[in-house]
Amino acid sequence: MAGPINWFSQVASVTKFGLLSIPQRRGSVAAAVFGIAGVVAVLVGVLSIAAGFRRVLADSGSPDSAIVLRSGADSEMVSGLGREQTRIIADAPGVARGPGGALASAELFVIINLPKKSTGTDVNVPLRGVEPAAFQVRDHLKFVEGRPFTWGRNEVVVGVGAAREFAGLEVGDLMKVGRYEWPVVGIFSAGGSAAESEVWSDAKALQDAYHRGDSFQSVYVRLQSPAAFDRFKDALTTDPRLNVKVERQDEYFAEQSTAVTTLINLLGYPIAGLMAVGAIFGALNTMYSSVAARTREIATLRALGFGRGAVVASIMLESVALALLGGVIGAAVAYFGFNGFHASTINWQSFSSLTFAFAVTRGLLVQGIVLATLIGVLGGLLPAFRAAWLPIASALRQL
Amino acid sequence: MNGTTGGDGVLVAVEGVEKVFHRGSEDIHVLKDLHLTVPAGQFLALMGPSGSGKSTLLNLIGGLDRPTQGTVHVAGERVDQLSDHRLASWRARHIGFVFQLYNLMPVLTAERNVELPLLLTPLSKAERRRHVEAALAMVGLSARAKHFPRTLSGGEQQRVGIARGIVTDPTLLLCDEPTGDLDRKSGDEILDLLQALNREHGKTIIMVTHDPHASARASRTVYLNKGQLSSAPVN
Amino acid sequence: MKFLHLVWGNLMRKKLRTALTLLSIVVAFLLFGFLSAIKEALTGGVSIAGANRLIVRHKVSIIQLLPYSYKARMERLPGVALVTHQTWFGGIYQDPKNFFMQCPVDPESFLAMFPEFLLPPAQKAAWLQTRTGAIVGRKTAERFGWKVGDRVPIVSTIWAQPDGSRRWTFDIVGIFDGREKNTDTTPLFFRYDYFDEVREQGHSWDRGQVGWYTIRVSDPAQAGAVAKAVDAEFENSSAETKTEPEGAFVQAWVNQVGNIALITASILGAVFFTILLVAGNTMSQSVRERIGELGVLKAIGFTNGQVLAMVLLESCVLALLGGGLGLGLAWLATSHGDPTGGYLPMFFLPPRDLLVGLGFSLVLGVVTGVLPALQAMRLRVAEALRRM
Repeated sequence: MAGPINWFSQVASVTKFGLLSIPQRRGSVAAAVFGIAGVVAVLVGVLSIAAGFRRVLADSGSPDSAIVLRSGADSEMVSGLGREQTRIIADAPGVARGPGGALASAELFVIINLPKKSTGTDVNVPLRGVEPAAFQVRDHLKFVEGRPFTWGRNEVVVGVGAAREFAGLEVGDLMKVGRYEWPVVGIFSAGGSAAESEVWSDAKALQDAYHRGDSFQSVYVRLQSPAAFDRFKDALTTDPRLNVKVERQDEYFAEQSTAVTTLINLLGYPIAGLMAVGAIFGALNTMYSSVAARTREIATLRALGFGRGAVVASIMLESVALALLGGVIGAAVAYFGFNGFHASTINWQSFSSLTFAFAVTRGLLVQGIVLATLIGVLGGLLPAFRAAWLPIASALRQL
Repeated sequence: MNGTTGGDGVLVAVEGVEKVFHRGSEDIHVLKDLHLTVPAGQFLALMGPSGSGKSTLLNLIGGLDRPTQGTVHVAGERVDQLSDHRLASWRARHIGFVFQLYNLMPVLTAERNVELPLLLTPLSKAERRRHVEAALAMVGLSARAKHFPRTLSGGEQQRVGIARGIVTDPTLLLCDEPTGDLDRKSGDEILDLLQALNREHGKTIIMVTHDPHASARASRTVYLNKGQLSSAPVN
Repeated sequence: MKFLHLVWGNLMRKKLRTALTLLSIVVAFLLFGFLSAIKEALTGGVSIAGANRLIVRHKVSIIQLLPYSYKARMERLPGVALVTHQTWFGGIYQDPKNFFMQCPVDPESFLAMFPEFLLPPAQKAAWLQTRTGAIVGRKTAERFGWKVGDRVPIVSTIWAQPDGSRRWTFDIVGIFDGREKNTDTTPLFFRYDYFDEVREQGHSWDRGQVGWYTIRVSDPAQAGAVAKAVDAEFENSSAETKTEPEGAFVQAWVNQVGNIALITASILGAVFFTILLVAGNTMSQSVRERIGELGVLKAIGFTNGQVLAMVLLESCVLALLGGGLGLGLAWLATSHGDPTGGYLPMFFLPPRDLLVGLGFSLVLGVVTGVLPALQAMRLRVAEALRRM
């Protein structure tokens, strides 16, 4: 047989016969396609939990903002800074300035118990005391309901995530802080960042309620530019009055997510891997039965002169096509079923809850399709070779 | 000998039997007002062109199907009136089948194939083995007991089929074109076997065939044409 | 059963197809076992919680401390048999990834409260005599290769020494084992008296304070009443308490992590759906190919019921074989401990889930076989024979 065009038309013919026989084999075809769809849906679904979690934390910081903690603290929870120190930090070089002064917010952080709406059991919710600059240091912060709290008053505002997942955080509700009850006066969104899982109030009011004197736990700073970070960090780490750790906010938040995302990945990939192995067996089953059903046909084609390569290629093509179909179905199920699904879990490093949404990212969808293709290739390989190496004469005699 | 006979030793009595098949909107009258009696111990051949209803009549006698009208008595029982469930156990006790295409289970050895009808009886394993060995000996295949059908020739497979048909010592042996798929020599061996079963062991046999060579071996031949029986061939 | 070799023969008819179907079933049940172990690891704490133990914590927030003076007041309440306390130390050994819990405790009351921690008496005595002594669970000891007599440095993220450093050094005087398979043997416990003296005066309200208390009630039926009494005792004081049974406390914690049961159930649902398709398809193909033979069986005298039973038996043998193998492999795989290298407090396949798995495989066999079996049962003999 000569010529590549001839070869392609051979492949096309054999493939066509194969696809035409699908209605007779619809049982095993359905089994293979849905098996692969299931694998892809599970892989993408489980990993979208990690992706969503990571995204909340990644969206929580931009490269031109920084966070300052006490040296040695791996989270705000265990950090501590005095008022004097926070002033020094706010006056450091590299800090952006606004009409009200330095864009630096000294903050403190406690955890309170609130019931989770879905289970009624207690959840650790972060309660953060902030300074006026906090609203400019963080990006995309805006109020969707109610108003900001009044400075100096015992009032709180709530992030949309917290309001959605935890009970008793509607505007007008009274929230228990220590022995007091503070009214919820507003709900804010913050571009999908960690702040949306939090409850905020005036730092001074919180200090009084928790007998913190005049101490804080962190300082959030907006820098003049991303490049100003080094200047800022050097000034603080060389200052003998301070013993601090300075990080870009996005790096800090990325660290915070490692424990959870690592766990999910460590569990998610092996599960999907096992399912993929099962799907390969399903695909092999389908392709072997496809070849068996068409033994006489294939033998006839080969007797007529169709080459081995064309037979192999067409069976692989059929297998990959079915697998891709399954992959697309699985990806669609994962996307429409899971993307944006709201949930909350514990951020181990801060011991508090973080609300997030499952994120079916483009990267995950690609991973799913690649996996499906791989299953299709592996499931078609052996049957393809069996078909191509059929002893023609005996195959023609077969009933 | 199994079963009871009617008056005058009649084993099978078919009376006024009609069979209509519905194919879509058409009605096909395969058998019309048929009467047939078969005394015990007879070797009857049923002949006729294809489509004449021979196999249908055989099925009715064997309890594999029911007539649209009429009655079928076998060994004193109204076969056409038994429920499906009763028919199954009735067949197990009274009928042995031999098919044109042997119809052996490819996944079982020869002796396991022969044993199949015995699984429906309360016989113990040892008793079953004895019956199987006797049946295989009668058809001359004791040496091939542990072979699978795919390693047996056509004639050997049919002999296994016959062994299976007689292993429960049935009242009646029904054969549907038993030599239809065999060459002359193998076919003759089979017919020898059937004749021996009839003459030496008194088995009542009804055999459907289109081969005059085969029907010559029977003690009586009836002809079926367009659903009607006659004693002479129609030309 | 005398029909078994007929059933087996039918399964062997198309060996490759049977093998691939079997392997799919094996993988599905391997996953089932694996997921059951994961679920148990994340939620198992609830079932091992003591029925006669209550947790007392600060009402407002888990991170707030309670005064040590509360201990004596609680011991005086009726129904309270024993009180002990723990505090979150928040330490890191070498690398933040090497996470495990450490707490300062009062050795005597602590060991009495938690009999599931098995410590040899000689090691207990050594602990009582060594101020800087610490006992560590078998799992963590093996993970880092610690032996009795080692000195281990732990850097606390919360508590500092008077000289400002956060580096605490403990002497390992004992290694404890868990009484049950799912007892957590990852924590390290050291002496509270040492801790209290040494911790920094930086947060002035922390000295003389503990993280949470555990109470053993003398009568589990009175647990609710005792809990109320404890909270009433400290109402309107500077540190109000919330007291609840240990099981409820752990369950709330698990609920925070997420709805694990729902996630694992969904994944398993997807797996079983596809397995159903694969095995069901195999069975129906197998019956379709054998219509003629089934007709012969009926002609010979097999009843409809017997033919139905035969097909069902086939699908059940296939499912149970695959399920048994898969669960067995899962058992082997999970008996080697935590695959995540320390993130999970325990990792094993509960026997209860093994039984559930076998039950599922039986259900699988029945569901995949029932439609083909009914089809086989309803065959009209004469038609079937024609299709041989």
